[in-house]
Amino acid sequence: MIEGILIGLTTALTFQNILMVMVGCFFGTIIGMLPGLGPMTAIALMIPITYGFDPATGLILMAGVYYGAVFGGSTSSILLNAPGVPGTVATSFDGYPMAQQGKAGKALAIAAWSSFAGGTLSAIYLLFMAPSLSKVSLSFRSPDYFALMILGLTAIAAFSSKGQFLKAMMMVVLGLMLASVGQDSLSDITRFTFNNMNLTDGISFVLVVMATFAMSEALTIILKRNDPTSAAKQVSLTELGSIKINKEERTKMYKTIPRSSVIGFLIGVLPGAGATIASFLAYGMERNVVSDEEKEKFGKGSVNGLSAPETANNAACSGSFVPMLTLGIPGSGTTAVMLGALLGFGVQPGPRLYMTNPEIFWSIIMSMYIGMVILLILNLPLIPYIARILAVPKNYLIPLILFFSVTGIYVMSFNNFDIYLMIGIAVVATFLRLYDFPMPPLILAFVLGGLMEENLRRSLLLSNGSWEFLWDRTLTACILATTILIVVWHIYKTFKKKN
Amino acid sequence: MNINTTKIISLLFFIFSAFYLYTAYQIQVFAFDENAPFNARTFPIYLGYAGLFFSGLKLILPDPNTIKVDHKNLEYKKTGILILIAIIYGATILKVGYFLTTSLFLFASYYFLGERRWILMFLLSFPFVAAFMYLLHGILDIYLRDPFLQSIGVMG
Repeated sequence: MIEGILIGLTTALTFQNILMVMVGCFFGTIIGMLPGLGPMTAIALMIPITYGFDPATGLILMAGVYYGAVFGGSTSSILLNAPGVPGTVATSFDGYPMAQQGKAGKALAIAAWSSFAGGTLSAIYLLFMAPSLSKVSLSFRSPDYFALMILGLTAIAAFSSKGQFLKAMMMVVLGLMLASVGQDSLSDITRFTFNNMNLTDGISFVLVVMATFAMSEALTIILKRNDPTSAAKQVSLTELGSIKINKEERTKMYKTIPRSSVIGFLIGVLPGAGATIASFLAYGMERNVVSDEEKEKFGKGSVNGLSAPETANNAACSGSFVPMLTLGIPGSGTTAVMLGALLGFGVQPGPRLYMTNPEIFWSIIMSMYIGMVILLILNLPLIPYIARILAVPKNYLIPLILFFSVTGIYVMSFNNFDIYLMIGIAVVATFLRLYDFPMPPLILAFVLGGLMEENLRRSLLLSNGSWEFLWDRTLTACILATTILIVVWHIYKTFKKKN
Repeated sequence: MNINTTKIISLLFFIFSAFYLYTAYQIQVFAFDENAPFNARTFPIYLGYAGLFFSGLKLILPDPNTIKVDHKNLEYKKTGILILIAIIYGATILKVGYFLTTSLFLFASYYFLGERRWILMFLLSFPFVAAFMYLLHGILDIYLRDPFLQSIGVMG
């Protein structure tokens, strides 16, 4: 492991990679602060830039954007009571009341230190857990992988759909259907191309991400007459107050941070869960474990109430890298985008990644530490100024998002058809978003589609066409039983709500 | 059954899944693969049935979280214009080149979204695209096809 850490440090501490972490954190913070534009959009917009780098640098840049976006979301939660990302909703419960009491600077400092501690602790957990889990996952066989992917897709549908499980499952199926377009990987037979040569290689992952996130979010903002930048104009540079944290507040944070980081990390590891659930759970747990006197302060500017979700959501970000790096199965929409980008670089994440590409594996982990430090140094003093940058009107923001989307596709294929296809998918996605059809399950399914078919193919061929492979191995059966439980539970809940 | 837009979308998805399933059955596989446990059409066939299953359930089951969208408050005109500009941008980018079309696309988009600060509009289109092109093409070495700049000798 020491050798790996050194390899990671050597890669992550190059001038270029440190610069990328800084750029990523800065850019991510700006995008994350805009309500409605989350880490997935921020990462999607970065994809064209990463084409010019090696895989490690590209991924380091995207990881920086991810952390920056989560941190940026916290800032808008505290200053404006307008969470930039769902994972920071719980931050606003105590962060915003604190800001209203004239302690916005302190709230930002607590959030920044909690994020830093949560992210750093979870990066340490990741450091120890990822190689061990990689070794365990080497014993996984095709049926286990197939079952695990079904579980991942079901779980993300269950957690991301806000009570709209069937809609999310429809999006999963749509994502898998889009992934099936093009040549079959084994026989080279073309499928669903309708004799269109442009579809022979399938639909590009970047195209789908740009269309369903960046472009459709831009169109949704215009369609709904939202102005994500309007709230930023209210930020006052002079009323933030001191950023100093006193001894009593520090003592409270010392107790909150370790337990919230563990919760955040473990929730982040689970497929489909993530920063949102982690932050709410940590907030709820913290409220249960503190004294009655402190409990009264929750919702009115409690230090524990602010520190817990902030620690947990950053810890969950690191946790979500575990299934991606060790199993090659992303646990969230954001890591699905990163997995897609890695596949685009020709790198196959999975249990062998840390043996075949140790520089990528370890540099990502090491860059997390560096990212946390940079977020703290860069964002804490600069946050009011960054908030002012956001006062850019949407009349400029929207065309720039569209420009980045089209450029991403253009530099990849130099093909008009891809641009039309992207616009078409974006229009459909915008319409679906209006009716609360979630997009992250679609992306995850699209990324996993090929792998899922491959593992099903191997499983069925090995079992001579029999579906017994689903319960032949205890591990496969357990994973599948969990999936069935999730499906049955959500369909039951739909019935129960109506009655 | 309460018919709402979500149900209509589910119905459309059901029809789409049926069409997908029909097309999946039409996939030509090699003769020796026809009776194999898994061939090129196996996975799509399962997907087709899964689509029918979930959209069918959505159609049949009650919808406790009905989404109501107020269409009167939606900005269809500007969205439509923006999509149209993007289509024109896509149609011309290869022939005219990246720099000119992208700059014009940005300028036109700012204008149709209601912006009238001409100097800022100009700065955030032509010089901005030039700087971005320099970043991609000049620094990151990402090839950008641009017949217009090539014809005037700016780009090699």
